[in-house]
Amino acid sequence: MHPAFSVIFLTTLIGVGQGLFLALFTAQLYRLTGLLEHDPGTLFYQYGSLLALCFLALGLFSSVFHLGRPERAWRTASRWRSSWLSREVIALPLTMVTIALYALLHYLGLTQPLITIGEDFSLDPTLIAGTVATVMVFSLFICTSMIYAAVRFIQQWHTPLTVLNFTLFGIASGFMVAALLAAWMENGLVSFFGGWAVVATTLALFGRSAALYRNHKLRGKSSLQSAIGVRHTIVTQKAMGFVGDSFNTREFFHHRSPRTVTAVRNGFLLLLFPLPLLLLTPSLVGGGSLELLLAAFGSQYLGLLAERWYFFAEAKHPQNLYYQTRS
Amino acid sequence: MTQLALVIDLNVCVGCHACVTSCKEWNTSGWAGPMSDHNPYDADPSGTFFNRVQTYEFGSYPNTETVHFPKSCLHCEEPPCVPVCPTGASYKREDNGVVLVDYDKCIGCKYCSWACPYGAREFDEKQRVMKKCTLCIDRISDTQLPESERKPACVLACPTSARLFGDVHDPDSEVSVAIREQGGYPLMPEWGTNPGNHYLPRRKIRLHIHEDELVRVNNPLQKEEIVPIDSGDTIDDVAW
Repeated sequence: MHPAFSVIFLTTLIGVGQGLFLALFTAQLYRLTGLLEHDPGTLFYQYGSLLALCFLALGLFSSVFHLGRPERAWRTASRWRSSWLSREVIALPLTMVTIALYALLHYLGLTQPLITIGEDFSLDPTLIAGTVATVMVFSLFICTSMIYAAVRFIQQWHTPLTVLNFTLFGIASGFMVAALLAAWMENGLVSFFGGWAVVATTLALFGRSAALYRNHKLRGKSSLQSAIGVRHTIVTQKAMGFVGDSFNTREFFHHRSPRTVTAVRNGFLLLLFPLPLLLLTPSLVGGGSLELLLAAFGSQYLGLLAERWYFFAEAKHPQNLYYQTRS
Repeated sequence: MTQLALVIDLNVCVGCHACVTSCKEWNTSGWAGPMSDHNPYDADPSGTFFNRVQTYEFGSYPNTETVHFPKSCLHCEEPPCVPVCPTGASYKREDNGVVLVDYDKCIGCKYCSWACPYGAREFDEKQRVMKKCTLCIDRISDTQLPESERKPACVLACPTSARLFGDVHDPDSEVSVAIREQGGYPLMPEWGTNPGNHYLPRRKIRLHIHEDELVRVNNPLQKEEIVPIDSGDTIDDVAW
């Protein structure tokens, strides 16, 4: 498949935004149960939510470039019963609204408990908004990844690993940004967010490796024989019906050499997993600096872009069988 | 229920591309707007087509055979491109089973093209919407036309009558009979899309001549020799 940068930016940016919100809410839940020593402070939740909204808005903006007719985008909400794309179009703004509400409640300081259960657990409006937003964030992860995982013809995508990996990558990069924000605001939560970023990044490494292995072993369901219905072991295409190119040769091929594709894969395996963890380690043990954390996130985000590019490049569409020979 | 579709006879198709050009001509001049081209008379020409004729060769030299393979939307009975459309622009007509795109609703997200294993959909770079074979819906449903002309442009253009058009759900239609009696098959049956369009396979016409048909076994002279009558009367000698 042709890796479109609009979609690459969309999926990675909203992933960071969603992960960042999950990081904020995780901190709040930890505070609530008394497991977290330091109070992040209400300003941290506000800034964090705003930053998450910025990532989501950037992703939404980027998605517009994928459309031929963006002015008709409002129509996309109509087929949510059957189309994951339609569901994503609904889930993304709803997620943004609930996160905005969460930020607003923190800004208004509505953190007085509505109900107190036992001694520790107190329910306040931000907790309710946060829970709703968390549900929305996970729904959005599912909707976004199911757009790809639901295309059964692209066997490389048609696996639950796609959903798992999109979610894990979002969480890993989001917690990385949360660690960066915590370092900038100096609220003592760098190691908390950083620790979770390490966990999520490691899990994502396992998830992605599993997907890479699966796709390596994968055999195409269709063949040239089934594509044209000729039963012979040797079938070659002599002409695809035109000399130039067409939508079919542009949209479904990446037009890059196998060496480039392998280089991108090795690049993302390096940039996405070991390098950010290495850059993050000093911050976890008490040393570290803002610059190192920034570099860790930068490396991971670049890795994410490469990973998403490779995600498209490794996908083989059965229609490509019909477009093998240009003459 | 009706399922209009094409049956394409690969045994008859000579790869002349008349169906390609007549399709483009009819559909680019229709009410739905042109099928745009990019650099049509220049280097790297590119453009929107609903129908292509491809050429394949099978076997290895000298035992090779060429098959010309016209390729357009197959109007699946379970069209995977339809449910994925976020706007409902892509739909299958209830009354005749033709899969269509509403160009006024399409947002050009290209998701339907990902969901078609045959690559039957093409994005129009000028109109910025997804397009595909309509089976000349404006033509086949036009009651002003004489009945014999209510057929897709490609079918009417084919000089060898390699393309048949009709209702594949009607067991007595020309297309159903052709599928049934001449081994019609769908493309990529492994995906369960249940295409309406079928292809008739290459069928080699072979004369089965046995050795004894080439060399006459009996000597004709011997055979036609007057057999001598060596004993008794024959029936011919009897005088009635």
